[in-house]
Amino acid sequence: MSKKIGVYICSCGGNISDYVDVEKVKAAIETEENVAFSKTAMFACSDASQKEMEKDIQENNLDDVIVASCSPKLHLTTFRAVTVRAGLNKFSYYHANIREQVSWAHSDDKSGATENAIHVVKAAIAKMRHAKPLDPIIIRSKKAVAVIGAGVSGMRAAIGLAKMECEVYLIERNHFIGGHTAQWEELFPSEETGRDIITRLYQELLRYKNIKLYTGARIVENSGHIGNFILKVKIDPLFVHENPDISEVEKAIAVCPVTVPDAFNFNLTERKAIYRNHPGEFPERTVVDVQHCTRCGECIKVCKSIDFSKEETSLELQVGSILFATGFDPYTPGENEFGYGQIPNVITLPQFMRLIALNDKRLIVNGKDIKKIAYIYCVGSRQPDGDLKYCSRYCCTAAIHASIRARKKYQNISNFHFTRGVRTYGKQEVYYNESLRAGDVFLQSFDHELPVVYEKENRTFVKINDILTEQKELVLEADLVVLVTSMVPRTDQSTASLFKLPKGRDNFLKEVHMKLRPVETVIDGITIAGTCQGPMNITESVSSSLSAAVKAYSYVSKGEIELEPIVASINKNICTWCNACYEACPFDAINKVDEISKSYAVINNSICKGCGMCLPVCPYDAIELITYSNREIEEMIDMLSKD
Amino acid sequence: MNVTDKKNAKILVFSTEKISDPAIDMAGLLKLHYPAKVYAIAIPCSSAVKSQWIMHAYEKGFDGVFIAADGSDCPYDETCTEKTGRIVSKTQELMKQKNMDPARLRMAAICSVCSEAFVKQIKSFNEYLIKSA
Repeated sequence: MSKKIGVYICSCGGNISDYVDVEKVKAAIETEENVAFSKTAMFACSDASQKEMEKDIQENNLDDVIVASCSPKLHLTTFRAVTVRAGLNKFSYYHANIREQVSWAHSDDKSGATENAIHVVKAAIAKMRHAKPLDPIIIRSKKAVAVIGAGVSGMRAAIGLAKMECEVYLIERNHFIGGHTAQWEELFPSEETGRDIITRLYQELLRYKNIKLYTGARIVENSGHIGNFILKVKIDPLFVHENPDISEVEKAIAVCPVTVPDAFNFNLTERKAIYRNHPGEFPERTVVDVQHCTRCGECIKVCKSIDFSKEETSLELQVGSILFATGFDPYTPGENEFGYGQIPNVITLPQFMRLIALNDKRLIVNGKDIKKIAYIYCVGSRQPDGDLKYCSRYCCTAAIHASIRARKKYQNISNFHFTRGVRTYGKQEVYYNESLRAGDVFLQSFDHELPVVYEKENRTFVKINDILTEQKELVLEADLVVLVTSMVPRTDQSTASLFKLPKGRDNFLKEVHMKLRPVETVIDGITIAGTCQGPMNITESVSSSLSAAVKAYSYVSKGEIELEPIVASINKNICTWCNACYEACPFDAINKVDEISKSYAVINNSICKGCGMCLPVCPYDAIELITYSNREIEEMIDMLSKD
Repeated sequence: MNVTDKKNAKILVFSTEKISDPAIDMAGLLKLHYPAKVYAIAIPCSSAVKSQWIMHAYEKGFDGVFIAADGSDCPYDETCTEKTGRIVSKTQELMKQKNMDPARLRMAAICSVCSEAFVKQIKSFNEYLIKSA
């Protein structure tokens, strides 16, 4: 029995019908093969029209429905729901866009717009004529989420998920949690310290029995898919017993002969190879830095709690969804970039922030009392060439905030900002105003004529052609030069690579769509949050982490997930396993099957993302994408090509 | 191809659901007009376009085919541009074998907000197709 297709042509209250003759469209398509019913509607999306549609579908025993109206981005889901309410499969619906891509695009050519609309609707009918009923892929989903990274974003996401009564595994690569936030003192806009924020979040984490925290842990293997990811996690040993005798630990630290730069203070200070957490880092414990420890045994002589026989452990976790909150790395300037590494009093903004935390009454660098500070903006961001073309967003406000703090904490500080245009967006403009009112000097340069930092007779100077004073050459003698460095993607992206997470052109992890699906990745069940996605401040990171937590919860909350059945399909009778599709698939969704007589490729439906990259590489055209088959596409082309 | 007597060429656009199709939608929203004989078929990714679909479009009377590619914004794979480029090269070889002008197939990366770029590309492609007919 041939299909019965119902077609609705929407006027969209004049948005379409002002430029497209909808009655003419209806008249042109109602005689098409398989069209059993057609109608125009003033607003197809209105409740009344939706109810009418349900009635029409049932009374006319329709098999498929087409609505020609706005973009499918707006109402595809609305009309799919109508077909489901009327008892049809939701994939028996097709949405033809005759508003954005027809009536509005050709509002200057009404007859052309009407002809175009007729072709678009006829192409939709041609497609549906050959469309096969589809069922969504339903898979079971474990109500557990792995949160990777326990900085402020990961901690906040874990708490959000725990509140929704979801099992949470919070996995942190370092032995302490808190991320970069633990390193900062007063932060904008609350003036709360990073240490206080992390302490508060850690105490809240401890209250939830459904959060399991793993530190010194890294994911080494991943298998499965949305609803059932199986993660193999390796955990580094601490080499120090839990609850050791603190006086013995202090003795062990004192006798340790190995000193290394302390990354917490951005190498401004040193620590031993056996060390304790800084305030704001949790859990409070002692660890041995195995990378630098020489196993000389001095610490064991004075501390019974140190045990080098402990070994790496591993465990397997089963989760329905994964939330990435792996954070950023601060940009390290290149050798001699604005004098960095060559001139001793040139430091980065993160170092400056730690310097303020470490110096109480006087700001002293290399024995010198600091009074005049020059801040060079956009170091490692907004570069004309290379990977660092993006604006790092947080740094203008962070630099101005730090300069205000320096002025308030120490006496007679003068701040000079060498900017490329200040971007203290939103309410952060308040700090820019405060800084200006306090007498800070702002200068500005072009991209191609950056300030120059140089040393002369042990004195440091910054030279600029200031565009705010008609490119006058100005030279400042500075006691300290602060390079306002950007956020860059993590150097170690091994965990993201394990899951084949796509990266953007800035090399940060990439969402499906910046505005429409901002925390989802194309890997079903994996969300991203915070600065692993791009530069953002703590407020923005927390917003994104809560959003990602809600999205992750939606994958696991019902115990099962419905996936779109748009996957590739291989005709094994034609396939000869030439390997081309396997090479083209970015997700390892194609497997080889060996039989006695032949080998061929098969698709793993729960891994296939329906991108279709395997289609054009097959030399025998053995692969088709469901709902984008050769027949459907070519029938559409036939209709669109007709005069 | 016979577009000399026509005001506009008939162009088939392969757009991508997540990236370039939203840009084409936005072109309409902004009332950035382009010729009415331009038709878009949205697919998941520009690297999924088969050469045979493009050749079929020419056989059926399309003057030009434009691939509105994901470019570096492709949510699936960072090598999308190269993969789509290979499809274009392969198809252009097929076109040459049939004594067709390979410039009747054009590809450009159209991001989700590249509405103006899309309209500019389509207008220039339309002009080329009319002139070269």
